[in-house]
Amino acid sequence: MTPETLDAVVFYFFAALALVSAVGVVAQRNPIYSAFSLIVTMCSLSAIFGLFGSPFIAALQVVVYAGAIMVLFLFVLMLLNVKTDEPHEGRGLRAVAVVLAVVLVAQVGSVLAGAGLRLAGSFDAGTRQVARVLFEPRFAYAFEATSVLILAALVGAVLLAKKDL
Amino acid sequence: MSEQLIQHGLLLSLLLFGIGAAGVFLRRNLITVFMSIELMLNAVNLAFIVFSRSLGTLDAQVLVFFVMTVAAAEAAVGLAIIIAIHRGKDTLDMDAFNLMKW
Amino acid sequence: MSPLVQELVIAIVKVLVLIGVLLGVFSGMTYIERRVLAFMQFRLGPNRTGPFGLLQPVADGIKLFFKEEVIPKGANAWVFVAAPAVSILAAFLAIAVVPWGGTLTLPGFLPAWLADRRIDLQLANLDVGVLYLFAVTSLGVYGIVMAGWAANNKYTLIGGLRSSAQMFSYELALGLSFVTLIMGAGSFRIGDIVASQAGGFWRWNIWPWEQGFAFLFYIVAQTAEVNRTPFDLPEAETELVAGFHTEYSSMRFALLQMAEYVNMITASAVGASLFFGGWLSPFPGVLDSGFYGLFGVMWFVLKVAGFLFFFIWLRGTVPRFRYDQLMSFGWKVLVPLATINIMLVAACTLWWNAK
Repeated sequence: MTPETLDAVVFYFFAALALVSAVGVVAQRNPIYSAFSLIVTMCSLSAIFGLFGSPFIAALQVVVYAGAIMVLFLFVLMLLNVKTDEPHEGRGLRAVAVVLAVVLVAQVGSVLAGAGLRLAGSFDAGTRQVARVLFEPRFAYAFEATSVLILAALVGAVLLAKKDL
Repeated sequence: MSEQLIQHGLLLSLLLFGIGAAGVFLRRNLITVFMSIELMLNAVNLAFIVFSRSLGTLDAQVLVFFVMTVAAAEAAVGLAIIIAIHRGKDTLDMDAFNLMKW
Repeated sequence: MSPLVQELVIAIVKVLVLIGVLLGVFSGMTYIERRVLAFMQFRLGPNRTGPFGLLQPVADGIKLFFKEEVIPKGANAWVFVAAPAVSILAAFLAIAVVPWGGTLTLPGFLPAWLADRRIDLQLANLDVGVLYLFAVTSLGVYGIVMAGWAANNKYTLIGGLRSSAQMFSYELALGLSFVTLIMGAGSFRIGDIVASQAGGFWRWNIWPWEQGFAFLFYIVAQTAEVNRTPFDLPEAETELVAGFHTEYSSMRFALLQMAEYVNMITASAVGASLFFGGWLSPFPGVLDSGFYGLFGVMWFVLKVAGFLFFFIWLRGTVPRFRYDQLMSFGWKVLVPLATINIMLVAACTLWWNAK
C-alpha cells in the first residue's frame, strides 16, 4: 500500500460517488431527491478537491455550495411544495437530448485528450498562498466587484420574492 | 498523486458537465434545470482545480473562488425569480411559461 | 509494516477511542443534565435506578430500545430514516480536528514499532482546521431539514425550517467570531490557535485583552447552533408540538438526541480549545508534561466538563427566546457587532505589527 494507491482508491471512490449522484440529479422524478443527490455530488467533489491539494477550496465548496446554496434550494422546494408528476416528453426528443449531450462530451473530450497535461512538481495551495494571490492588484478589482455583486443579489432577491413591496 | 489521476480528474469533470447539460436538455421542472446548471458549474470548478494542480499555478484557485461567489449570487436571484413566477402561475413546468408564443 | 500502514492503524485506533468516548460522555450527559438541572430547581433528579441513579442512562436505553418504531403513513420512508443518520454524521465529524491533548509518548514495553512513539493527540491536524469546523457545522443543518420534511406533518415542517433557519443565521456570527481568532494566531490550524495561548491562564482567549469579544459571540452563536436553551424554541417540548422530532420514536429519536448532545460536546471541546487554551495547563509548569503526556488530556477534559456545565447552567437559568426575537437578534445585533469586532481586531493587529 503506497500513497499513490491510497490516492487512487480515494479518488475512484469519490469519483464513482459523484457520477452516480450526478445521474441521480438528472434522472430522479422528485426534485427534492435531486437536491439531495446534488448535495452528495458536491461533498464528493469537495473530497476530490482536497485530494488534489486544495484544502481551502475544498472547505469553501462545502461551506458555500453544500452548506448554503443547497439549503436555499431545499427551502424553496419545501416551501413551494413542488409536486413530482412531470409529463413526459416524446421519446424522440429525449433521445435527441441525450445524443446532443454525448456529442458535447465527445467534442470537448477530443480537445482535452490532446492537451498532454503534466503534474506540477511542488504545489502548495494553503490558505495563505491563495490569499496572497487573491489580494494581488490584478484580482483586487474583481474582489471588490464581487462584494458589490453579492449586495446587489441580496437586495434583488429580497425584492423579487416579497409578496408586497 | 500520479499523472493518470490528473487525466481521470479531467475526464470526471467532462462527464459531470455532460450529465449537467443532459439535465438541462431533458428536464422540464425549473428547479431541476437550475440544479443541472449548478452541476455544470461544479464540473467547471473541478476542471479548474485539476488544471491548478497540473500547472502548479494558484490563479485557477482564485478563479474557482470567484465562480463560487457568482454562483451563490446567481442561485439567490434565480430562486427569488422562481418564487415570484410560481406565485403567478402555480406551476414550475417550463412549458407553461409561453406567454410570448404566437 | 510500512509507515503508511502504521499511520493508518494509529488513526483507526484514535477514531475508535474518540467514538467510544463521545458515546460514553453522551450517555453520562443525559444523567448529569437531569441531576444538575434538578439541583438547580431545588429538587432531586433521578436517584432510584442504581446507586445515586447512576444506572438511569441504562434504563433509558433499554426503554427506548423496546419502544415501537413508527413511520407515519405518507411519510417519506427513505428520508425519514436517513435524517438522524445525517445529523449524527455531522455531529461526529467535527471532533476530528479538535486537539484533545498534546503529544502522547507511548511507553517502552510495547512492540518495536510502537515503543516510545510520539503520537499527536489530534485526529487530523488540517491546514484549514477552523474552516473545516465551519463546513461540518453547515452540514448539520441537513439532518434537521430532512427530519422536519420527511414526516409529512406541517408542524414538523415548520419546526424543521425554523430550526434550520436559526442554525444557519447563527453560523454566520460563529464564522465571524472565528475570524478574529485566526487573525490572532495567524493560522487556520487549531493546534496553532491552542499554541498561541501558551504561557498561563492570563493568555487564554477569553480575556478582553486577548479575544474576549469573540468569546461572547462564540458562546451565543454556539448555543444557537446546538439548539440549546435559550435558543431551543424549535424543539422545546412546550412549543410547536416538539418541533422537527415530533414523529420520531424509539431508536431514531435516541439518535436525534444523541446528535444534539454530541453537537453540544463538540461545541464545548471546540470552545475549550479555541478560548480556554485547549490542553495547556493554566499555570505554566504546574502539571504540564510528563506522565507520558496525559496531563494535557486531563486539563482538556476538565475544561470541556466546565463548558458542558455552563450549557446545563444556561438551561436551568435563562428563559427561552421567541423565534422572531431570536432571528432579529442574530441578524441585527450579533452580525454587525461581530463585524465591528473584526475591524477593531484587524486595526489592532496592524498597529501592533507596525510597532
